[in-house]
Amino acid sequence: MSKHANRSALASLALALLLVMGIAASPVRLAAQTLDAAFDRLAADSFSDTARAIDDLAASGAPQAESLIEALGARRLLADKATGTIAIQTPAGALLDARTGKPLASPPPGLAVVRINNRLRSAIDAALGTLAMVSPDRSKRLVAAEALFKSRKASDLAPLDKAIAAEKDDAVRSAFGKARSAIVLADDKQPLADRVAAVQSLAEWPDSDTLGFLRQVQASTQEPALKQSIETAAVAIEHRRQLLSGLQNVIYGLSLGSVLLLAAIGLAITFGVMGVINMAHGEMVMLGAYTTFVVQEGFRAFAPGAFDLSLPVAIPLAFIVAGTVGIAIERGIIRFLYGRPLETLLATWGVSLILQQVVRTAFGPTNREVGNPSYMSGAFDLYGISITWSRLWIIVFTLTVFFSLLFVLKRTRLGLEMRAVTQNRRMAASMGIRSARVDALTFGLGSGIAGIAGVALSQIDNVSPNLGQSYIVDSFMVVVFGGVGNLWGTLVSAFFLGIANKMLEPVAGAVLGKILILVLLILFIQKRPRGLFALKGRAVEA
Amino acid sequence: MVMTRRGVLTGAALIATLAAGIPAATAQDTIKVGVLHSLSGTMAISETTLKDVMLMLIEEQNKKGGLLGKKLEAVVVDPASNWPLFAEKARELIAQKKVSAVFGCWTSVSRKSVLPVFKELNNILFYPVQYEGEESERNVFYTGAAPNQQAIPAVDYLMSKDGGEVKRWVLAGTDYVYPRTTNKILEAYLLAKGVAKEDIMINYTPFGHSDWQTIVADIVKFGSAGKKTAVVSTINGDANVPFYKELANKGVKATDIPVVAFSVGEEELAGIDTTNLVGHLAAWNYFQSVKDPANAAFIKKWQEFTKNPKRVTNDPMEAHYIGFNMWVKAVEKAGTVDPDKVIAALPGTEAPNLTGGISKMLPNHHITKPVLIGEIKADGQFDVVWQTKGLVPGDAWTDYLEGSKDLEADWVGKKCGNFNTKTNKCGS
Repeated sequence: MSKHANRSALASLALALLLVMGIAASPVRLAAQTLDAAFDRLAADSFSDTARAIDDLAASGAPQAESLIEALGARRLLADKATGTIAIQTPAGALLDARTGKPLASPPPGLAVVRINNRLRSAIDAALGTLAMVSPDRSKRLVAAEALFKSRKASDLAPLDKAIAAEKDDAVRSAFGKARSAIVLADDKQPLADRVAAVQSLAEWPDSDTLGFLRQVQASTQEPALKQSIETAAVAIEHRRQLLSGLQNVIYGLSLGSVLLLAAIGLAITFGVMGVINMAHGEMVMLGAYTTFVVQEGFRAFAPGAFDLSLPVAIPLAFIVAGTVGIAIERGIIRFLYGRPLETLLATWGVSLILQQVVRTAFGPTNREVGNPSYMSGAFDLYGISITWSRLWIIVFTLTVFFSLLFVLKRTRLGLEMRAVTQNRRMAASMGIRSARVDALTFGLGSGIAGIAGVALSQIDNVSPNLGQSYIVDSFMVVVFGGVGNLWGTLVSAFFLGIANKMLEPVAGAVLGKILILVLLILFIQKRPRGLFALKGRAVEA
Repeated sequence: MVMTRRGVLTGAALIATLAAGIPAATAQDTIKVGVLHSLSGTMAISETTLKDVMLMLIEEQNKKGGLLGKKLEAVVVDPASNWPLFAEKARELIAQKKVSAVFGCWTSVSRKSVLPVFKELNNILFYPVQYEGEESERNVFYTGAAPNQQAIPAVDYLMSKDGGEVKRWVLAGTDYVYPRTTNKILEAYLLAKGVAKEDIMINYTPFGHSDWQTIVADIVKFGSAGKKTAVVSTINGDANVPFYKELANKGVKATDIPVVAFSVGEEELAGIDTTNLVGHLAAWNYFQSVKDPANAAFIKKWQEFTKNPKRVTNDPMEAHYIGFNMWVKAVEKAGTVDPDKVIAALPGTEAPNLTGGISKMLPNHHITKPVLIGEIKADGQFDVVWQTKGLVPGDAWTDYLEGSKDLEADWVGKKCGNFNTKTNKCGS
């Protein structure tokens, strides 16, 4: 910021000197003229005028052009039609007069943000690309390379060549090279051989933007040789993507499966291990999501800088909140209904409605905004398959939760007691295990894990009172298909259903795909009523 | 139980006296207005707001002295997002609570479910949500947008230079009557505009769809054919949040593939971080960000009424605002709340909208509205980037579908909701 201020101060000093010396039509003076014209156009605040102003600013060579265009793109450039005032709003909120660079003493009442639309946003990106390719900031140069690739203006070629020659960083140079090829290919004044060579080098970037661009040139060019070479390159990219689409479906299926598993894993305990048909399971997930919301609100209010920590904080809290509610439900309602599945079903369904309405009353019926921390935002490219970070983290998180739970069940005293009680309650009780306490803790554990699931699901889904409803059916489906009482069965069934769903979706569509899965499931349950991995032995009768 | 005929008769007479007597006594004190919006279930997220706005409008009218010298009284029922229950609750409102008019419904399926009740018991329904058209009923007044007041202008905008001269279209919707009909109309319109069949991709997803990875990947793939691509989204309700989250995370920018939505407003965006969605579009007849004194006053009242200075307003709320004011004017004009007289008085009634114009009820029971295209801003509001020069009259029957292009609705001259101009007969 201060650098710009210094620069513009220097520029105005130079301007004054030159004026005094009477040198007319110097580049600086020309820049000042186009700058003034650009300011007048910006003040008009019509899209076509603003578009010309961006071109003028970019072409003016004025030192403040970049910051002005940046401010316009960030909606921090304000104008007043009546007085022609143009102001830049600093990120801190102060207003600077764009013409002089000094703070604006008395902002006119008509001062309003200069509006932009998508067309202008593209123009702004292109202009910033032109200006920022020599920026000392590496990340800015990378953004500039992408912008140059998209704008493909023939006028950028000469400065880009200079920038490439001066570039030290390999990644930036490679991105510049891609942009250069695109500019050469897009410009039909370039020699045919160069354009064909550009196609070859672009073929090394098998992303969808490149493919789209190649197809676009192919449709517009008259040169048969160029058409032919593009066809070869595009078909190669498409072929490669075709091969990858199978892998893509598997990865997306794993991701969907991990979401299913996460939602179902708590139910695998309450329903699978304890045999309680818990219709309020979805609401435990919802409580976890709302806990995340409350935690994030807290972070927004008191520690906005540490926002990335909100999820690690929310996970134990969600476990405690949902677990406590779960124990309360078990002690208050379910323990009177053991062995009466129909009544349990109705009672827990009632509880689910009560919980929904409580949340609706407390937080309102509308969706609540749960933000993605930086490590959960964006996507990365794996051989042309785009995978979002949030989904990848959810896969990792789900597996962690699953194996921790397995550890608790198989390797801890609580787990041992749980298994004892569920296998033979009376025998366990006569061995001195407090079966009532174990019931409560087991139910609390299942509910708490559902709460943790809510933290993860808040990252990809709505946080509304209905959140739980959309997962309850899927959760039961996963547990029943996997075989009641078997955690490994739940794991296999979740991933199987996820992958099968994603394999069917491109072929049959999302609606029909889901129906097909349900039909297959019904047929399967007809054949094997106890699911994929049925428990054998005496536990079956218990 | 055996009942004598006399017993039945006496009982019936008694009930009749009760029915006639008790409501008559209360009707002198107040005029009842029914509010039929889901307060629980999946649609509560959208409809609760409309219940609140009706309470606010009625409270305000009462402050102004009520209507015809009487106070208005809101009768709120909860149809719980359950379509058959909508019909039952509508019957309860009209037959038992004796309301003079009903403001309600959101989804088309709920509207279709209450239609027979309103016809049978002859009452008035004000329907405030943008819908697929292809309907005009004597008892219903449609204050939301018909397809020509939302979908068609949005497509026109995307085809224009400012919209990016889109050549390839993805029509993505939730699988039910509104998106299916709208997409049918849009497809016919696009084909008529010379768009090739292979440049249109139509995709449906179930209600509440939450895993958008495959579809977003398909959209990106479809968009890499070298032609400017846009998505026209009729995705409804809760599915929008995961859809936009996936778009944002996959880095699908509005400058590459813009998404124009018909069911996403300020309320829906309140649940999403919009920093990565800047520039994606929505087409409505009202945005909270519209600079207009009437709108500013409305927002202020709304935030005071809900005691929440951050509470947003949206398009269906404006539709209720217009519809309620039209009903008040029509009742004043007719001098009674008798449905037949009010239905006759409504066409031609004018009421100000919140975007600086005066909307008018047309003989086809639709209203005139401006069409606005807004781009999503980082704060979850919309920036209006384009709007129609004047107000667009709502067209009940689209001009782009075989079978409905010859139909016309006119409840004033022809007393018919589907008059065929080819055969000159009422009824298709």
